Amino acid sequence: MPLWLFIFLAVIAICGAFGVILQRNPVHCLLALALTLIDVGVLFVGLGAETLGFLQIIIYVGAIMVLFLFVIWLLNLQIEPAPNAHLALKFFGSIGAAALAAELSVFFFNAQPVSGVATIPGTYGSVESLARMLFSDYLVAFEVTSILLLAAVAGAIALARRMTGAALTRTPVEGEGVVRARESGS
Amino acid sequence: MTQHFPALGLILLFPALGVIFNLFWGNRAGRGVVNFVAPTMIFLSFAVALWGLVELLLMPAGTVLEFTLWRWIEAGSFHTDIALRFDALSAVMVLVVSGVGAFIHVYSIGYMAHDEDYARFFMYMNLFEFSMLVLVLADNLLLMFVGWEGVGLCSYLLVAFWYTNPEFAYNGRKAFIVNRVGDAGFVLGILTIVTTLGAHGVWTLTFVGMRAHAGLLEPVAAAAGLLLFLGATGKSAQIPLYVWLPDAMVGPTPVSALIHAATMVTAGVYMIARLNFLYTLGPEAMRVVAIIGTLTSFFAATVAIVQPDIKRVLAYSTISQIGYMMLGVGVGAFAAGIFHLMTHAFFKSLLFLCAGSVMHALEGEQDMNRMGGLRRWLPTTWATMLIAALAISGIPPFAGFFSKDLVLESAFVSGNTGLWLIGTITVGLTSFYMFRLIFLTFHGQVRVAPDKVAHIHESPRVMTIPLMVLAVFATIGGFVGLPDGLLWGNAFQRFLTPVVGSGVAHPAEMPGVSVGPMLSLVALIVAATGILLAWIFYIRKPEIPERLEESLRAVYRILIRKYYVDEIYNFIITRPLFWGSREVLSRGVDTFVIDGMVNGTGLTVEESGEGLRKIESGNVQHYALVYLFGALMVAAYYIYLVMR
Amino acid sequence: MITPIDYFMGLSAVIFAIGVAGMLVRRNVIVMFMSIELMLNAVNLAFVALGRRVGSMDGQVIVFFVMTVAAAEAAVGLAIIISLYRGRETLNADELNLLRW
Repeated sequence: MPLWLFIFLAVIAICGAFGVILQRNPVHCLLALALTLIDVGVLFVGLGAETLGFLQIIIYVGAIMVLFLFVIWLLNLQIEPAPNAHLALKFFGSIGAAALAAELSVFFFNAQPVSGVATIPGTYGSVESLARMLFSDYLVAFEVTSILLLAAVAGAIALARRMTGAALTRTPVEGEGVVRARESGS
Repeated sequence: MTQHFPALGLILLFPALGVIFNLFWGNRAGRGVVNFVAPTMIFLSFAVALWGLVELLLMPAGTVLEFTLWRWIEAGSFHTDIALRFDALSAVMVLVVSGVGAFIHVYSIGYMAHDEDYARFFMYMNLFEFSMLVLVLADNLLLMFVGWEGVGLCSYLLVAFWYTNPEFAYNGRKAFIVNRVGDAGFVLGILTIVTTLGAHGVWTLTFVGMRAHAGLLEPVAAAAGLLLFLGATGKSAQIPLYVWLPDAMVGPTPVSALIHAATMVTAGVYMIARLNFLYTLGPEAMRVVAIIGTLTSFFAATVAIVQPDIKRVLAYSTISQIGYMMLGVGVGAFAAGIFHLMTHAFFKSLLFLCAGSVMHALEGEQDMNRMGGLRRWLPTTWATMLIAALAISGIPPFAGFFSKDLVLESAFVSGNTGLWLIGTITVGLTSFYMFRLIFLTFHGQVRVAPDKVAHIHESPRVMTIPLMVLAVFATIGGFVGLPDGLLWGNAFQRFLTPVVGSGVAHPAEMPGVSVGPMLSLVALIVAATGILLAWIFYIRKPEIPERLEESLRAVYRILIRKYYVDEIYNFIITRPLFWGSREVLSRGVDTFVIDGMVNGTGLTVEESGEGLRKIESGNVQHYALVYLFGALMVAAYYIYLVMR
Repeated sequence: MITPIDYFMGLSAVIFAIGVAGMLVRRNVIVMFMSIELMLNAVNLAFVALGRRVGSMDGQVIVFFVMTVAAAEAAVGLAIIISLYRGRETLNADELNLLRW
């Protein structure tokens, strides 16, 4: 991939990422995230993984981001006020994250380079080759993942459904759910 | 030579059966059955013992009947069996223990008639008989020690029989613990013997085995003898471990008669006689035995002359008489010591039983100052007690005369003239306090509390018959050991010679007069003087004791306070021991160190938990931050690896 | 000029770190969740880049699975968030501290 293209896409990705963590309105965060994900999808295509790139856009942006959006609308989220607590956490957190980035970069730039130039088969990144790998070498993982999806669906429904009947009429008792240690805490 | 005689096992079996019966079925079976079973068991043992004696007499002298039950300890080359040995010495002891014991059991039927706990009492009595018989029938030192401990235990159980009274319980504990102190010495003695013999490859503790290899024991004979004697001072109530005996009088009177007169307290004497070969190899030990015996004898007699409690007088009398026995075995006259043991068993148990009879008549009164003139109400008791008093004072033809005479003569003849002198003086003291007891109790003015006078009655037949039987023995018991030359001479000594040797040799007679009769005469005069003095003090001129008491007040005080020995022991031994236990061990080690460690561990966990729980803030982002720091460190490590 | 593989890795590291920062700094749990998605994508990028460099399809297969699992995780996580909101009426991470000591 030409370097200028990479730089261009990298800048967009980083701007989007910063947008995710810095925007106040959750919907704006979501939009920034969608931008970043599309950008990563393009990077995938540029790296030769066309299938994955399209899959990224279809699944990640098309399904997961929309799901996020639905939840935000459902819960009627408001703009988040400015941080006024746990400032030390946020401060050190930011510093730590920056340090992590620095460390990882140093590590990657100084790691031993992979020897030789790998030959890229013509079918690299095609649906056929991906499918071939999935159904031969990674068959067990594939099957397990499908079960995982089933479990996730069932779990999500179980967690998020509205209670009916007795559970609905049950009013939360004052202090219910509060761990008793709160009183004994000094 | 030895003869296999399985019936010996029966001697032990009968009391054991009595114990088991009384333990499990005593309360259910009812008083009548228990009263029959317990003494019968002892009578049966006595019968078997008699049979054994007959066998021994029929066979050539020096025969031994033996019976091995099973192998008890097998440890490398060392082994010990549960085995019984019936020779002349054991015969005497078993007959005394079971015979006198049987009659005391019969007496107890009447004495304990009003006590609800009769089953437990007879169980303990049978248990005691069993232990004592094990002690005297054992053929090795280890089994003898088992019996030794057993009688100590029974002494505690029986002294503290009425345990609901704290003072009685205390005295029971005192008896047991003082005994245990002596037993420590005993154990050390056994260990000395075992290790010495073992060093030469001889691993045995049987008396036969020890005697055969006695030469190997010679270097440690005196030490072992003294250590074993320490145990004897505890068991036989000599200086320094006699202090438990006067306080043990709180037990029922039959207990005092059986244990503290006739049997347990004589175990020490028996042990020395049994180990005569060891003691003859260690003359220093024998000297100590003789000296302590004589001193104890004198010292206890001096205390007895002022005691107001009838049983205490008898207790100190016992201590004193055992001193005589120790004197006898200490100078080498083992048979003489055993002879006095036997006659003492007769008259001392008789004295105690008569005292019990008096107490029974007076509903428990023990203070002689509140007795007096009882002769008219208690004729049988008076007569038998008088016989016993004459016997213990050494008046012929009663038993005590012959045995005491033999002991004193042996002392004189073996060259211990000083000991003989003290012993003779003690004879006078003995007769004095004994007849003081008789006169205060049975003669003179009636000083009994008025409310008790109406109830005075002679004891029932079940109690007076044993008195009469014992009185007969106290009268004729001495005739087995007549002085040489008179009728059949000293048959007792001859009987025991194969076991204990021939006693002290007689020197050549002094020209013109023979030593033996001379000594006897001296003793007799001294005894008679004592009786006379008692008569003057307590019958003719009763004001004399009070006047003496006032003018010699300090002396009187020392005597009646038993030379303050209990107080001294308390100060030197008991209180420091308790202080150490309480302050050092209980507070210091137990509470501070051990509890501190345990509690401290708990406290540490608790407090650290209190501190550490603050980490759980519940805030997910805090946790994520910690993750991040961990990740940073891992990344740093990888960088480090890469940079190298 | 062909971009060296290191640049892709560096980009991945930066996006990952930004995701971490977002995770730690933001209070809204949905935005926290989005930061997690960022992190996942950064890692996906790294996998694909390395796979391309080595020349095997393994990287892409792994990314395939990561995507699948991320989808499942998103579904369940959002369901949890919904039920949290129903119970506590707040989506402020600072107030969701029931597991406090």
